[in-house]
Amino acid sequence: MSKVLVVTSGKGGVGKTTTTAALGAALAQRGDKVVVVDFDVGLRNLDLVMGAERRVVFDLINVVQGVAKLPQALIRDKRLENLWLLPASQTRDKDALTEEGVGKVIDDLRGRFDWVICDSPAGIERGASMAMRFADEAVIVTNPEVSSVRDSDRIIGMLDSKTVRAEKGERVEKHILITRYDASRAARGEMLTIDDILEILATPLLGIIPESQDVLKASNVGTPVTLSNADGAPARAYMDAAKRLCGENVTMHVPAERRGLMDRLLRRRAA
Amino acid sequence: MSMGLLRLLRGKKASAPVARERLQILLAHERGMRGQPDLLGVLREEILAVVSRHVTLDPTKVIVRLERGDEVSTLEVDIEVPNDFERKRVAVA
Repeated sequence: MSKVLVVTSGKGGVGKTTTTAALGAALAQRGDKVVVVDFDVGLRNLDLVMGAERRVVFDLINVVQGVAKLPQALIRDKRLENLWLLPASQTRDKDALTEEGVGKVIDDLRGRFDWVICDSPAGIERGASMAMRFADEAVIVTNPEVSSVRDSDRIIGMLDSKTVRAEKGERVEKHILITRYDASRAARGEMLTIDDILEILATPLLGIIPESQDVLKASNVGTPVTLSNADGAPARAYMDAAKRLCGENVTMHVPAERRGLMDRLLRRRAA
Repeated sequence: MSMGLLRLLRGKKASAPVARERLQILLAHERGMRGQPDLLGVLREEILAVVSRHVTLDPTKVIVRLERGDEVSTLEVDIEVPNDFERKRVAVA
């Protein structure tokens, strides 16, 4: 059965595109057939993060407007044969995303893939509302920081009211994915805790992605982080998140602080 | 335990609990407002409509402030009216 998943956040720069690429690759690595769809019309970046920026010929809006057929616009990943990308348009206006047109494309994709992962643009405008409109499930990417949590709350409100499922009286299954989690700052009480975020947003947790150099390195070379450094902490956290999306029960791993010598000495003396 | 100890040693107060409390208060308010008409916006529009029936308003000379408190909130509308407006009215009449 095919699932449409939106990766959204409200706030920009929290890691939606990184997450779309990483979860898409992780699900494809598990053997599912996956397409990642960029809804950020005018500011596309999923192609770049996926390393397919030089292979874009047609885009989502071409397909919505009937200029290109869906198979012509889909770009197959060079590393994973069951991972595909549908890029956004770089030049056109986001008003070209009509609800009817997007709905047809999503329906078509449902027939071809196990997972249709929609990478939402930031904000709450047309691109973002179209990205979530047909979703069955949502990953809300949240940083442990007040503005990100506030925007996530707003997006949760939209998922519960502005989606096709919500209008039919059904639920969009929502998951919080906490990214850029810094264990040492958490230990110093400088960062909202996981429990704080989950309590405030009242939404279950899909995973915790630690702040890591791996993520930047992966986007530098245009490879999803689950492929670029599969043994690294972010890759493992994304793989676990993908397993949970598939219904597996995986123990949640809260990234621990790597303690310095002084901290350890202080702690031992106090104990 | 170690979190509290570290903080104690450094003599600093953690900012995360402040963040949590501010968010909880803000979101409780915002959730209540969702789907409701923007009260501040409606009041501003209607008050200005009434005033501008009598005075020609310079939109840049109108200041609207809102202060949300725990018990009550205040809406402050500050309209600058030119001193010669009474004379102008008489002249027009």
